[in-house]
Amino acid sequence: MSKQLLTGNEAVARGAYEAGVSFASAYPGTPSTEILENVGTYREITAEWAPNEKVAMEAAIGASMGGVRSMAAMKHVGLNVAADPMFTFAYMGVSGGMVFVSADDPGMHSSQNEQDNRNYARFMKLPMLEPSDSQEAKDMFRDAFEISERYDTPVMFRMTTRICHSKSLVELGERKVFDAIPYVKNRMKNDPVPAISRQLRVNMLERDRRLSAFSNDCAYNFAEYNGSKKIGIVANGISYQYAKEVFGDSASYLKLGMTNPLPIDLIREFRSNVETLYVIEELDPFMEEQIKAAGIDCIGKEKIPLVDELNPNIIKQALLGETVEEIHCNPNLIVGRPPTLCAGCPHRGFFYACSKRKDTVMVGDIGCYALGGSEPLNAKDMAICMGAAFSLAHGMDKAFQLSGQGKTIVACMGDSTFFHTGINALEEVVYNDSHVICCILDNRITGMTGHQENPGTGYSLNGEPATIMDIETIVRALGVTRVRTVNPLKLDEMDAALDWAYAQVREGPVVLVTRWPCVLKKLSTEDKREFRTAPALCTVDHTKCIGCKKCLSTGCPALSLDKYERKVTIDRMQCVGCTICAQVCPKQAVRKGARKA
Amino acid sequence: MKKMDTKSVMLVGVGGQGTILASKVLTSGLIAAGYDVKMSEIHGMSQRGGSVSTQVRYGSRVYSPIIGNGQADVLVAFETMEAIRYLPALRPGGKIVVNDYQIATLPILSGEKDYPDGITEELERKASTLVIDAARVAAKNGNPRGMNIVLLGALIESLHIQNVDWATAVRDCVKPAFVESNLHCLDAGMRAAEALA
Repeated sequence: MSKQLLTGNEAVARGAYEAGVSFASAYPGTPSTEILENVGTYREITAEWAPNEKVAMEAAIGASMGGVRSMAAMKHVGLNVAADPMFTFAYMGVSGGMVFVSADDPGMHSSQNEQDNRNYARFMKLPMLEPSDSQEAKDMFRDAFEISERYDTPVMFRMTTRICHSKSLVELGERKVFDAIPYVKNRMKNDPVPAISRQLRVNMLERDRRLSAFSNDCAYNFAEYNGSKKIGIVANGISYQYAKEVFGDSASYLKLGMTNPLPIDLIREFRSNVETLYVIEELDPFMEEQIKAAGIDCIGKEKIPLVDELNPNIIKQALLGETVEEIHCNPNLIVGRPPTLCAGCPHRGFFYACSKRKDTVMVGDIGCYALGGSEPLNAKDMAICMGAAFSLAHGMDKAFQLSGQGKTIVACMGDSTFFHTGINALEEVVYNDSHVICCILDNRITGMTGHQENPGTGYSLNGEPATIMDIETIVRALGVTRVRTVNPLKLDEMDAALDWAYAQVREGPVVLVTRWPCVLKKLSTEDKREFRTAPALCTVDHTKCIGCKKCLSTGCPALSLDKYERKVTIDRMQCVGCTICAQVCPKQAVRKGARKA
Repeated sequence: MKKMDTKSVMLVGVGGQGTILASKVLTSGLIAAGYDVKMSEIHGMSQRGGSVSTQVRYGSRVYSPIIGNGQADVLVAFETMEAIRYLPALRPGGKIVVNDYQIATLPILSGEKDYPDGITEELERKASTLVIDAARVAAKNGNPRGMNIVLLGALIESLHIQNVDWATAVRDCVKPAFVESNLHCLDAGMRAAEALA
């Protein structure tokens, strides 16, 4: 078979297929999302979107206990959510091989932090593999299942954005099929009550020792000696490619694909063969500190930056002192191009209505609606992590009550985020009775990561019908009595709902569900029945437009102002006729009815 | 194949302009011709109307999928201002292919700022620059949406890539109904670059 150009994520999916994986679960998150989307294209594998990463990890653990090869995938911060089951499963070991992907995001291309999840592998005492291109991603992911079964351990597979989203050539292999291992009850392995865990903990340390020996022997850890051996470089993952780009054949390399446990004997041997040893790794001095602790002299983070992703230029500058010549241009010729909520986005109506409210604290969450904080809407004070908006609001309300600060707290998160962990946060609000307005922006899909199904949409990862969980029903079942569902694109309804919520919140928690599909969503049969979208678009009557710019304050990218004529025009290519601009126009200058281009 | 140095190309534009399809055709042709190829793109928030960039590197053996500033042999900008935003990526002595096509950003749409004047002149002062009205060329060749393939044609010509079967690469990457018009666009882009070279 000829080689194919695959992303690291596509390659991992292929590796899962070739390894005979039967069950895979994930919650979407950049840069990991496409792993499960691609796993789902192999009919032999049951691939599922879980409500969150912890559930995905637990489902994969259960599948392993049930005797088949299984996997879970998540972005780096997702592993924080999924850490609880994995710390203990690390004691217990597997039946069918089990591997999970942590996709880290050095440089924070699409994340709120750049934590280095390699630290988890050491903390959990798990073997960790790190590919440096797509071929390795496929091969190492496939082989990780053998390591998992041979050493009776889950395996952590650590990728980064540049591995996940870069394409390189991959030679494909065939699928190996495994018979499921028949389930046999074994409490001494699978029931970690303290008496059992104490023994498992001892066993785990013994396993760690055997894994160290394996790491020194592993085919993915190897030395490449070149030329004078003056410079030796230890590198992992994408840093190895950057190092090769900069030093080529002028240095020798110790290329590490298995980075936990570190192959200390191999590193010591390599050190004895080179004059100077550099350790090149992104983010934390994960390898460097262990190498130094083993008494091996090396140069690392005193030269290589601790923050942001690396690239060949950064390494060249840090280790060779060479700067790269750049072309400089007139900076006045550049205007920012920030991401914006799309034309027709249902979140716009919600944020526009909220932006008018005084004495309000707006608590946000993780998703497209993070953009509600940007100008001109400017309707967000804070956010922290998935599902946190309601619990943050809860604590803040308690603080305000204790200190007599009379502000109204409006917290918002999307439908998928509500199902993720927001539902737990709402339990907190109800159980411990805080007076906050909790808004669930239900756009009928997981938006930011590119439209994945979730428990509210009525479809599974493979597009099969699934039970639709109705958000308002769930909220009422949790004990909230003050609940309203509203169409956020009807500003009068949105305003009336907020007026009502601001009055009711004095009595107790209020939930508003804004319900309208994402403008980019391919509507399902149920959506088409519920939401009547008119295909017409809006136009501005220039005889009526007074150039007051009120419509521009909605931040819709389809609107533009002609500064000289002082008239607004609507881009026919972008407008979907949501009419938010028409609703805010004081002169009724915006008309709906033109045929869509 | 003779051992050759790695070449680096950067394609930049605005989400939805078809930079991904252009790089797909480019990489598909290069792979068929026997080159080692790596490509890198950034997903996520940039899709919501932000600026997008794709890097393609090819040669006998490619290591890094990305480049730092001052390393791109050719910078192709699907939108005029994006050329200047990514200009630091260009190697001194490298070439620019820039589309004469402007997409306003939010601060410009709202009247807070103006779309800057004199961008192509500044580019021409800094590097060897080819300005193409790809929308006009594409429309003349019967495919108003083929702007990305016109620019790809110009890029291929600027890189002097030879012995690649681009017609097959186009056929492999676009729907059958659009193959003919896209081949015209590719050809027109190549000729435009030839004429201006």
